Amino acid sequence: MQPPVTESLAANRLQSTGAYALELDGVARHFGALVALSGITMRIAAGERRAVLGSNGAGKTTLFNAVTGDFMPTSGRIRFFGEDITDLPPHERIRRGLRRTYQISQLFKGLSVLDSIFLACRGVSRRRFSLLRPAASDVNMVQAESILNAVHLETYRDTLVATLSHGQQRQLEIALALAGAPRFILFDEPAAGLSPTERRDLVAILNALPRHIGYIIIEHDLDVALRVSEYVSMMHNGRLFKEGTPQEIEADPEVQEIYLGGKHG
Amino acid sequence: MSLAIATDSTTTQRNWLEKLGAGNIILAVALVLYPLVASDFFLTQIGGYSLIFGMLGLSLMLLAGYGGMVSLAQITVAGISAYAIAILGNNNSNILGFGWPWWLAVPFAVLAAALASALIGWISVRTEGIYTIMITLAIATATYYFAQQNYAIFNGHSGYAGIRAPAFWGIGWRDAKPFYYLCLGLAALCYAAVLYGSRSTFGMTLQAIRDNPRRMRALGYHVTAHKVFAWLLSGVIAGLAGVLLVWFNGRVSPGTIGVDAAIDVLIIAVIGGLRHPIGPFLGALVVVLMQTFAIDIVGAERFNTLIGLVFLVIVFVSPDGILGLWGRIKPHLAQESLRPGA
Repeated sequence: MQPPVTESLAANRLQSTGAYALELDGVARHFGALVALSGITMRIAAGERRAVLGSNGAGKTTLFNAVTGDFMPTSGRIRFFGEDITDLPPHERIRRGLRRTYQISQLFKGLSVLDSIFLACRGVSRRRFSLLRPAASDVNMVQAESILNAVHLETYRDTLVATLSHGQQRQLEIALALAGAPRFILFDEPAAGLSPTERRDLVAILNALPRHIGYIIIEHDLDVALRVSEYVSMMHNGRLFKEGTPQEIEADPEVQEIYLGGKHG
Repeated sequence: MSLAIATDSTTTQRNWLEKLGAGNIILAVALVLYPLVASDFFLTQIGGYSLIFGMLGLSLMLLAGYGGMVSLAQITVAGISAYAIAILGNNNSNILGFGWPWWLAVPFAVLAAALASALIGWISVRTEGIYTIMITLAIATATYYFAQQNYAIFNGHSGYAGIRAPAFWGIGWRDAKPFYYLCLGLAALCYAAVLYGSRSTFGMTLQAIRDNPRRMRALGYHVTAHKVFAWLLSGVIAGLAGVLLVWFNGRVSPGTIGVDAAIDVLIIAVIGGLRHPIGPFLGALVVVLMQTFAIDIVGAERFNTLIGLVFLVIVFVSPDGILGLWGRIKPHLAQESLRPGA
């Protein structure tokens, strides 16, 4: 049923139908003797919204790192909208429409909120090396302003990122991933450390994303995860353990044993 | 030096004089009028020399302050343009000396320095923090010994002498006043460019890479390319400083690019402060004054000890250098002026 894993780039491209936003074929990542990911094979359709659940150390974030190229996979192939991106450096993957957020905010403490979002827009645009100051009418600046409003940070437009509260930094984390026409986003625990109100805002932002933008969300808060996803993949010890609709996963006794039981028991 | 803000092209209704601020205008006027009161010694040995080393410090501030890359090879880059001036232009060492006119030699010398800087950057951007310092120190030391032992290009330990600053428009540019204004003009230009550039797209990308290179990759930036470009720009400033340095000294030898000089540039940048482009110029002034007058205060035997002590005190009191000190005193001064009767 799954196409065989092949090392030939050309063959890989030919076999891909392009119907999927993201295709993983036997993706593995070893850290020395530790197997963080082993043989993950996954298909995510364009526009699909997927939740990845699993206890700490299940390999969820490692999976994201392999997809974005933060850490290259040890073996396996990754295709993004049909194109084999396994050997591409992170910035080339991003320029093809892939985005991510980080579990622990990875922001620019010395820059203002608006400038951070501007850089996110400019990163997938032209004139990244420009020695001129961007004008207020610059197309990327205009985009940055509209994203600023979309994530409700307009009051903090010129605030230094280092002085933002935790919740605001999480919002900025999402803003950076929304910049520059993304096609697929990886959200790594976007709700971590947010207040109930902020969580509601987050769910609203995710549900308001244009339908063509698919995403994978890693989320410990089942309440958030199941409300923003159509399909759920459970991970355990670096493997895909179970897949199903949110209702199936919630009702599954094994899942409750490993994940919910482990967490609340 | 405060011409910087005037080059800001953002169209605001405010008068540019207003934007410059009183302090900056006073400083600029003082620097321009300085030759009226200063002797030739104070114009060149203190004024010109401080501005040259301020430019070298500025080239380091660009890398370290905005890019988070501390280099000990800035004097090496300046040395390359200094040697290039000696080789492409005229010298009286009877080696090489192509006799190019200054307007041809200077751009080539600065270009050579910039490319050398980019190469040093390309080698060292794979490293971070203390390893960048070590690798640039290694490059600086290697270049020093190579220059000392190579006679075909560098003329060994004696280097090149008899290099003359150009004379045009009826002005001898190594005369005290013209040379001071030449240094001031170029330093102001570099200062303004760095200040303007710090808010440019590239300037922001550089600061963002300093703060979080991983996130910059995840936003679509080729981090290595941006770092190497920063080294190239830094090399232009260091190269210009090297041209001034060789015109100032009239000679260049391995001693010019030795490890002592390399460390001086780092001390200048740290003493002055790396947060703002004005810092290196303040640091350069303090260091040049110290190096010139410490001998008079404590004698030839101990003057380096005094310089070391002052360096220690400044860094101990304020990790941000003189800039940091000013930042802390300024609010207090403002409070004083608000008091009735003050």
